[in-house]
Amino acid sequence: MALLNELAKKKEGLVSGHRLCPGCTHSVIMRQVFAVAETDKYDIVVAAATGCFEVSTGLYPYTSWNVPWIHTAFENAASTISGVEAMYRALKKKGKLNKEIRFIAVASDGGTYDIGLQALSGAIERGHQFLYICNDNNAYQNTGNQRSSATPFAGSTTTSPNGKVKFGKEQPRKDIVSIIEGHHLPYTAQASPSNWRDLMNKIKKALDINGPTYINVLEPCTTGWGFPPHMAIEIAQLAVDTCVWPLYEVIKGKVVINYKPKKKLPVTEYLKPQKRFAHLFKKGNEHLIEEFQKQVDAHWEWLLKREECGIEYGV
Amino acid sequence: MGKKVALTGNEAAAHAIRQINPDVIAAFPITPSTPIPQAVAQFIADGEMDTELVTVESEHSAMSACIGAAAAGGRVMTATSANGYALMWEMLYIASGMRLPIVMAVVARALSAPLNIHGDHSDIMGGRDTGWIQIISENSQEAYDNLIQAVKIAENKDVMTPALVAQDGFNTSHTIEIWELEDDNKVKEFIGEYTPLFPLLNTDDPVTHGAWAPPNWYFEHKINQLKGLLDSKEVVEKVGKEFGDTFGRYYGLYEDYKLDDAEYVIVAAGSVCGTTKDVVDNLRENGIKAGLLKIRLFRPFPYRELAEALQSAKAIAVLDRVSPAGAQGGPLFTEIRSALYDTQTRAPVINYTYGLGGRDTQPRHINSVFETLKKIVETGKVEKQFDCLNLRGEWR
Repeated sequence: MALLNELAKKKEGLVSGHRLCPGCTHSVIMRQVFAVAETDKYDIVVAAATGCFEVSTGLYPYTSWNVPWIHTAFENAASTISGVEAMYRALKKKGKLNKEIRFIAVASDGGTYDIGLQALSGAIERGHQFLYICNDNNAYQNTGNQRSSATPFAGSTTTSPNGKVKFGKEQPRKDIVSIIEGHHLPYTAQASPSNWRDLMNKIKKALDINGPTYINVLEPCTTGWGFPPHMAIEIAQLAVDTCVWPLYEVIKGKVVINYKPKKKLPVTEYLKPQKRFAHLFKKGNEHLIEEFQKQVDAHWEWLLKREECGIEYGV
Repeated sequence: MGKKVALTGNEAAAHAIRQINPDVIAAFPITPSTPIPQAVAQFIADGEMDTELVTVESEHSAMSACIGAAAAGGRVMTATSANGYALMWEMLYIASGMRLPIVMAVVARALSAPLNIHGDHSDIMGGRDTGWIQIISENSQEAYDNLIQAVKIAENKDVMTPALVAQDGFNTSHTIEIWELEDDNKVKEFIGEYTPLFPLLNTDDPVTHGAWAPPNWYFEHKINQLKGLLDSKEVVEKVGKEFGDTFGRYYGLYEDYKLDDAEYVIVAAGSVCGTTKDVVDNLRENGIKAGLLKIRLFRPFPYRELAEALQSAKAIAVLDRVSPAGAQGGPLFTEIRSALYDTQTRAPVINYTYGLGGRDTQPRHINSVFETLKKIVETGKVEKQFDCLNLRGEWR
C-alpha cells in the first residue's frame, strides 16, 4: 500500500460538504475505500441503499459524489447494482464501452441484515462483480435508532428500549458474515475504521476480485449509540480490542483472523462509554453484562477454532 | 406484410422482445407470463439474441435491477403478472420517477386472495397511478405490435417514461391465434438505436441518480414527470401512425368499432373486446345500432378523445375487469363518466364488473349488456348503475 501522505493526495470520490453528523464514520469508511481503490486502473460506480449515508450525500440539487452514484430504495442496493453491472457487461460485449469499472454497493445493517437480505443473497448467488459494503451501525439509525437484527444483545433502541421490566434487545446479533459466507463467494471480511490499514487491505483485495465480495464494517453511530462525536474511532477500537467486533476474513471458506488483541479487554470497556448500554451498569443488571461477555467469548472462541482447523473449500 | 404465424400471446411478446433485443432483461417467472422469460432464455441460449438476462430472485429485484440497468444506460425490458407486479409496486414508482424508459410486458392476472392465476385487470388497474404509460392489448397481434411501439414511445426524449403493454392472462397469453410476425431487421430499423441521456456508466461525467428531494423540490420533480407522461399521448399517436406506415397496422389512442352512429355503446379493454365485436356485428345485422369503444391507451388517459368518441351514444356500459373496491364503480367507469361530464351528452352510463379471476365472458353476457342499454333508452330508467356479468346469483 502507498504511503499515507500519498494516499491523502488522491482524488476523493466522496467530497466534503455532506450532511452526516459530526463524528459519523460513514464518510471515514468511504474515504478509506477511495484511498485504496486503484482508480488509475479502474473507475468506481456506487449504488447506495436508503439510509443515513444516502440522505446525507445525495440531497437534490446537491451531491457529495465525484463518482457515478445511484440510489433507488432501501432493500435493493444489491439488485440495483446487479442491473448496473449487467448493463456494463452487455455494453462491453457489444463493444459500446471499453472502460474497466468496479461496482460497489453500500448499505447499513437495516438494508443488509434485514430488509435487503434477499436481494443481497440473490445478487451474490448470481455472481455479479460487486463489492458489497455493509456499514453496520447496529440499528435503523436513519429513522431514529430502531432495533435491527444487528443490534447487540441488551442494546437499548427506540423499539427495544430499556424500561421498568425490559432491559433492551432480548436477542443476540445476527451473524451476517456466516450467512454471507454460506454463499461460498470468493471473499468475505469484517473490518473496522479504527484499523484503517486492515480495512483498506480488505477493500483492495475485494476490488481485485471479479465476482461478488462482502465486507462488514463497524460504523459507530454517535447519536444512536450515545457517545461524544470525537470518540467514534475510539469506540470502534474498543469493539475490536474486546473482540465484540473481530477483524477477520473468510477466503474460500477458510477463516483468517487479522487481529488478535494482546490483551483481550472485558466487554465493559466497550459498553461503558455508550448510553445505549448505560442501563447494564445499574445494580441488579450484572447478569446482562455476564451474558453479553458470554456471547462475545463464544463467538470469538468459535472463530479461533475455525481458524485453527484451517479448512478450505475445494482444496 | 409480415409472416403469418399461429402462436400464443406470450410467444408474441417473446418474439417482440427477441427482435427488440434489449441490452438487459431482469425477470422473475410468474404465471401466466412465465413463458415470456422462458422463451427469452431459450432465444439467448440459441444465440438468437444477445441480451444479458438477469434471473433475479424476486420481482422486486427484477424491477430494481431494471432500474439499475436502465440508469446505467441502455435498453431494458421485463415481464410479469399479478402478485409479481404487486411486489414491484414500490419500484414502479421509482422507475417512472427516475424517468427511465423501461418497457414491461404485463400478462394481466387476478391478485390474491383467494389465490387465482387467471386473467383479470386487478394488477394493472391497481398500478394505474404508478406513473407508467399503460397500453392494453386485445389479442396476440396487438401484444406484439404494442411492445414494439412501446419502446419508441418510452424512449422519446419528451417522454422518458416507462411503459407497460398488457395482454389478458390465458385469454390471450395462452391462446394460439394467427398473427403477423414482422421481419427482424424491419423491427430493429423501426425502433432504432437508443442513446441514453445521462448514463451512469459514463464515468467521465459522473451523475448522481436517485437523489432525494425535500419539500422544496419534490413537487417540481413530480410535475415534470407528469408532463413527460402526458406528452406521451401525442407520441403514442405518432408512433401508432408510423407503425401503420411501416407494417400496415395502424394504431390510435383507442379503437372505435362501429361507433360513429352507435346508440348503445360498450366501453372495454382487453380480450373481451373481441367477443364484444362479434356481438356488435350480430346486433348491427339486426338493425340495432351497437358499438364498441376499445381502450388502448389507459395511461395517460385520453379523456377528451374518448368522451368525444362517445357523443352519439344514448346509453353507455363500461366493463371493468376489476372490483370497484369501494369506489363508485371500476376505474374505467369512473374515468369515462368523469370525462363525459365536460361534454354535451347526458347519456346514462352504467358499469359492469366481469371476468374476475378468469371467469368466462361469453357473447350471451355481452348481449345482456346491450339489452340492458336498450331497456334504459326505452324506459329512461337506470335500474342498476353497477352490476356483475356471469356472477352466481345477484351481486347484492
